[in-house]
Amino acid sequence: MTDVLERPHAASTPARVVAGLVRSREIAVLSVLVLLVVATTLKNHPFLLSSTGWRDLLLTPSLLLVLAVGQTVVIITRNVDLSVGSVLGLSAYFAGRLFIDHPGLPVPVVFAACMLFGAALGLVNGVLVAWGKVPALVITLGTLYIYRGVFLTWAGSNRINASDLPAGFLKLGTQQVLSIPVLTIIAAAVLAVVGYVLHTARSGRELYAIGSDPEAADLYGLKVGRRVIAAFVVSGALAGLAGVIYDARYGTVSSGAGANMELQAVGAAVIGGVAIFGGSGTVWGAAIGGFLLVTINRALPVVGISDFWQQAVVGALILAAIVLDRVLARRQDRRLVAARDS
Amino acid sequence: MATTTRAAAVRTYPAHAHTWWRRVLMTRESAVIALLVLVYAYSYGNVPNFDGPLTLYFLFLDIAPILLIALPMTLVIVTGEIDLSVASVVGLSSVLVGRLHHDAGLSIPVALVLAVLLGAVCGAVNGFLVAYVGLPSLAVTIGTLALYRGVAVGLLGTQAVTDFPQKWTRLAQDRIADGSSYPVILVPFVLLLIGFAWLLHFTPFGRGVFQVGLNDEAAHFSGVDVELTKFWLFVLCGAVSAFAGVYYTLRYGSARGDNATGLELQVIAAVLLGGVSIFGGRGALHGVVAGVLLIGVIQSAMRLENYTVNVINIVIGTLLVLSVMSSVVTTSLLARLRSLARTRAGGTPPPGRPREAASPSTRERQQP
Repeated sequence: MTDVLERPHAASTPARVVAGLVRSREIAVLSVLVLLVVATTLKNHPFLLSSTGWRDLLLTPSLLLVLAVGQTVVIITRNVDLSVGSVLGLSAYFAGRLFIDHPGLPVPVVFAACMLFGAALGLVNGVLVAWGKVPALVITLGTLYIYRGVFLTWAGSNRINASDLPAGFLKLGTQQVLSIPVLTIIAAAVLAVVGYVLHTARSGRELYAIGSDPEAADLYGLKVGRRVIAAFVVSGALAGLAGVIYDARYGTVSSGAGANMELQAVGAAVIGGVAIFGGSGTVWGAAIGGFLLVTINRALPVVGISDFWQQAVVGALILAAIVLDRVLARRQDRRLVAARDS
Repeated sequence: MATTTRAAAVRTYPAHAHTWWRRVLMTRESAVIALLVLVYAYSYGNVPNFDGPLTLYFLFLDIAPILLIALPMTLVIVTGEIDLSVASVVGLSSVLVGRLHHDAGLSIPVALVLAVLLGAVCGAVNGFLVAYVGLPSLAVTIGTLALYRGVAVGLLGTQAVTDFPQKWTRLAQDRIADGSSYPVILVPFVLLLIGFAWLLHFTPFGRGVFQVGLNDEAAHFSGVDVELTKFWLFVLCGAVSAFAGVYYTLRYGSARGDNATGLELQVIAAVLLGGVSIFGGRGALHGVVAGVLLIGVIQSAMRLENYTVNVINIVIGTLLVLSVMSSVVTTSLLARLRSLARTRAGGTPPPGRPREAASPSTRERQQP
């Protein structure tokens, strides 16, 4: 209905861009994040103003950021990938095994291998969802069990310890370039590439079209199945990458690696304004949402709330985000109806 | 549209096209029951100690929470919604019982009633947001999953309350009669099963539940109060989950914030395994009970064979994927066979793909 109502804008292009930015969800979440950081820093200066505080602020969210970006790509197509936490665990262990079994393997090769490995796991999800015409929720719930089971069976009672990993690789976890941690740079690069593709590339725009209305996209001639599979492959590959980041960051892989991360990734996307029924939202929003989630976790103990309440805050935030979305959508609807009737 | 004109010429009811025994036997539910019987028979014959007196007893003790929660969950999924927050309600009710008993000195039955009330309130929050605010249940219950679990963990921290009176912890593990392999928890379960089966399959409300799942707009126009139906189902789901939480607490004698983490996935896996369609509108409770029992039997048989819980999870995950894939594969095969038969009979080719002509509301719900 909007296409009938759309009139050429009277405002100039820069004015419209600024107005759009001010009203965007990304800016809203970002300002909450900035407020949070400022408030926490006022309470406790080292939270931001010490060198480790600054580093942790940027470093801790990098893991969830990568997962949330992958999750967003899938959610935009009106699917969901619940298996990312298990893929992360499996890939983290895979990376550890590569370092142990093939000492001297260059670090970039391990990164590539883990992304390929994750992509393969994502391909399984994608093929089952796209060809089986089964809801992604069910399939990825199944593969969540399967991948975690494989991970724990494979690992057995072994765990990867920091001493098993090469020093050069572990240094990545704390290394900084111009005071910005390397892992954060990797996450930001992923974000930039995926964000650019979704924003401008034909393949990216088609994902939005598929998410808005899969049948219309099919009738229009888009290769729906192939695009959905690709979205799952991207999500899997990024979860694989997150596995290596996990190794570099924590230096150890235990059986709990990545458990329940899938819900955090979905939560980050939802908070960032990605509609759970597809077709709208950006990876920028999801990334800021992930940043906010992680930072809240770290800020709560500082402001004197026991971090046991952390999950409750996350839940309240997700609910607030989706209720807000609905309220804004209703208001927009009413405005459009009013514009049509006048 | 084309289907209605054809139906007007020769009045047939697809649901009654076959003789009664084919209609009973050729269903997902019967397939699950058959599989359950097969697995049980195989385990009985081949797995050492499976025929022992303790196997069934522990099997029922362990899967009782899943059995209980699967009942209201079936109704929720039949309406095309989902409730991911059930395990968090289990944890919250567990913590509440612990605190009410330990700190407020309330007796267990009073604490149980309060916990179930709280569970109903938790469910009402879900139901209100889904039914009346109109938010997608997947997103809402992911939010409340974190919220309720967070409150549970927040209330108790890493502590655990363990000083429950022996009378009650014993009751949770008691058998119906001495030497019987059926624990007492099966009594409330069977009562609830009868109640829910009656509600879903023999009342106007239950028909409404199926209608809502098939097409909520059509249900609305045929006089079903869609919002109220969904709201009450979420309330029931919360209340039963809280009851399961009290059982869980007494069964293990410990109230902890992280009790039953991840149970929601097991419940949903069992319900879907039992033949309930995730798209809504189809499913039956006997299939769901068979689905839960199937998971229970596989778990205990594999445990007796010394497989780790990880291998068991792989098997359950694979079973879940296979079970949903199998229905898709068989329906598409049947459709292809039917259209082949029709073209061979010289009739007109089937009009389009009727499944894809679904109303916008069903389409909306199909994914994720």
